[in-house]
Amino acid sequence: MTDAVEVKTLIIDDQEVSARRGQTILEVAREHDIHIPTLCHVEGLSNVGACRLCLVEIKGSNKLLPACVATVFEGMEVVTNSERLRRHRRTILELLFAERNHICSVCVSNGHCELQTLAQEQGLTHVRMPYRNPQLSVDASHDRFTADHNRCILCTRCVRVCAEIEGAHVWDVMGRGINSIVITDLHQDWGSSTCTRCGKCVQVCPTGALFEKSKIGTDNPKNPDFLPYLNLMREAR
Amino acid sequence: MTIEELEQIAESVRRENANFDYEVSVCMDLACASQGSDKLRDALLRSAEASGKKVLVRRTGCMGPCSHGPLVRVDPDKTLYGHVSPGRAQGIVDSLGGEPVAELQCELNEHFDSQMRVVLENAGYIDPEKIDDYIAREGYKALVTVLMEMTPGGVIHRITESGLRGRGGGGYPTGLKWGTVAKAAGDVKYVVCNGDEGDPGAFMDRSVMEGDPHRVIEGMALAAYAVGASKGYIYVRAEYPIAVSRLTMALREARRRGLLGINICNTPFSFDIEIRLGAGAFVCGEETALIASIEGKRGTPRPRPPYPAVSGLWGKPTLINNVETYANIPPIIRNGGKWFSSMGSERSKGTKVFALTGKIANTGLVEVPMGIKLRQIIEVIGGGVPPGHTLKAVQTGGPSGGCIPAEMLDIGVSYDALMAAGSIMGSGGMIVMDDTSCMVNVARFFIEFCMTESCGKCIPCRAGTAQMYTLLTRICTGKGTMDDLALIEDLCVTVKETSLCGLGQTAPNPVLSTLKYFRSEYLEHIANKRCPAGVCHMHAGAEADVFAPAVSQEVVA
Repeated sequence: MTDAVEVKTLIIDDQEVSARRGQTILEVAREHDIHIPTLCHVEGLSNVGACRLCLVEIKGSNKLLPACVATVFEGMEVVTNSERLRRHRRTILELLFAERNHICSVCVSNGHCELQTLAQEQGLTHVRMPYRNPQLSVDASHDRFTADHNRCILCTRCVRVCAEIEGAHVWDVMGRGINSIVITDLHQDWGSSTCTRCGKCVQVCPTGALFEKSKIGTDNPKNPDFLPYLNLMREAR
Repeated sequence: MTIEELEQIAESVRRENANFDYEVSVCMDLACASQGSDKLRDALLRSAEASGKKVLVRRTGCMGPCSHGPLVRVDPDKTLYGHVSPGRAQGIVDSLGGEPVAELQCELNEHFDSQMRVVLENAGYIDPEKIDDYIAREGYKALVTVLMEMTPGGVIHRITESGLRGRGGGGYPTGLKWGTVAKAAGDVKYVVCNGDEGDPGAFMDRSVMEGDPHRVIEGMALAAYAVGASKGYIYVRAEYPIAVSRLTMALREARRRGLLGINICNTPFSFDIEIRLGAGAFVCGEETALIASIEGKRGTPRPRPPYPAVSGLWGKPTLINNVETYANIPPIIRNGGKWFSSMGSERSKGTKVFALTGKIANTGLVEVPMGIKLRQIIEVIGGGVPPGHTLKAVQTGGPSGGCIPAEMLDIGVSYDALMAAGSIMGSGGMIVMDDTSCMVNVARFFIEFCMTESCGKCIPCRAGTAQMYTLLTRICTGKGTMDDLALIEDLCVTVKETSLCGLGQTAPNPVLSTLKYFRSEYLEHIANKRCPAGVCHMHAGAEADVFAPAVSQEVVA
């Protein structure tokens, strides 16, 4: 396991793969078409390891590691889809569904929602926990976008894209724990904030929490794929 | 500053003290101060002056048995008085040279004899605002000696040899941590002291910072020399204003004496310390969150690796230790690693300070050798539970720890034994519970604490603790079902295994340990809607509550 070796070989789900030093497990897995579910990760932004859906097992360790930030090492054996992991993933998704008011049938992102897709993919059919049904506000003060906190899962993609790509840092998190909420500026209305109206936060939002006003109903696909391209162009410059 | 100069200062303090026939020390720590020990001190000063006797009245830090406060100790007779009101000052001064005031005397010989004081060796004997008092008790001798005679490697070797493990709760070997930071590449390194003590019922670090602040500063300076750092931060929570002011004063005095600053003792070693205040978030005691907070960011943890030893404050190698860990360093350097490792048990060396609270006669601070039986702490040092009640459990480790039932009191207090019992050593909170405590309610209290203190970054901790709190509340109000209990157990596993930082990973411990040892209490709440301890209020006709959400609801997908 010397760091001088630039290329690492490892095993992910019984498949032998190679990787460059410093690559994350997630990057390597995706290169080899091995699917690891993610929610807070979006390509082109920094990783925070917050959603815990990409946790994987490493042979020889009882600790689960987030694939989006854990880097590979020589001889590593990764399991991405054990029964234990599937159970944890379903429980985490359940926790999200019960945390706020996720009602797909009346959501602008119905059919384009990453949370919905993940729930279907992970075979989540029921929520065993009591729904918390919090009373949260909807901020429609912006002339182009709306923020519906009832659908927010606090992945902080909006916070990161605004700070890291747009460079405006309008979004941030306020409060603590279950009372956390994303805010614009110092908790001003989005419409009167220093928002640059670029719309990147709306594009990266995995649910219907941030959406464009002009699009209603289910016709609201999002497109976060511009980020890697944007980053590539910036680096080339 | 040289060893000789230190010795001169110590000598002058001793000479000054020799002018007095009696030393009357008044505990001015929070517990005693809240009962008027400042007025008591003024009264003692007035009476002493009027009496014409040669009496030195000294303000000190925490003496230990807080439940007997305000405390006054008279030397050289070593008489300890408890519950002293300002009106009693005259009587105490009058008694000097004669028979002690019998009705005020505390019979706490057993309490003190079973203890072993290393970290608290100066507590109750020095004025925390006088650096010379600390120097007179061998203070800064370790630092000056090390700068004159030892290499950084030698310091680390001595710490490794001592077997000291982190006193913040994790129990990571301190020598190993120092070695890692020392070896880490980079010319800028930082030393951080974690004084963000937040466990309910724990006040060890506060007492050390308030009662003996120079000990922490000396420990940090020694650490900085060992790892090659020239800048340190003490992160103290703003809820400890006295600790902040004492530390600020101590830093100023240390600088004035040339024990901090540029070229300390005319060596190439430079080191200074800045104080940073926490804004009340428990999670900032987690090292990566603490680093973010010092950097001025939102105090949320980040995944490790990289560990702070490699990439910490502003991306530089950073050594983070707890207050009590640093407080152990000067005596280890002075007396040697072998001296330290001769105390304690096989894999847990030295002593540990505990904040003894709850249903027990002598609450307060105690310091005991590792490996001591829990029974010894509770029954001998603590004086047992109040008459007419029986001990039920001992909670250690705060919200990250667990409850140890009365049947297991004969385990030795060490990192491994407590871990095996389903609890943790933690930073040193020890809450004693008798038959008037409901264990379900205790679990609910700690989960509520974790829920409100969760930073909200990762889902299992943020939403998981909130769900567990809701479910436990149901059980505590007589609305709980067996399905709720099964769900709680399921959530415990997920929150424990998937949370990002230590807060979430250990949050289920109070629930898991009470479920393990007191399951019958949970079942009694659920099946018979009855709280055996009579703590929980059960709603009449709870079963028929139509507003309680059904156990299973369909996902709208």
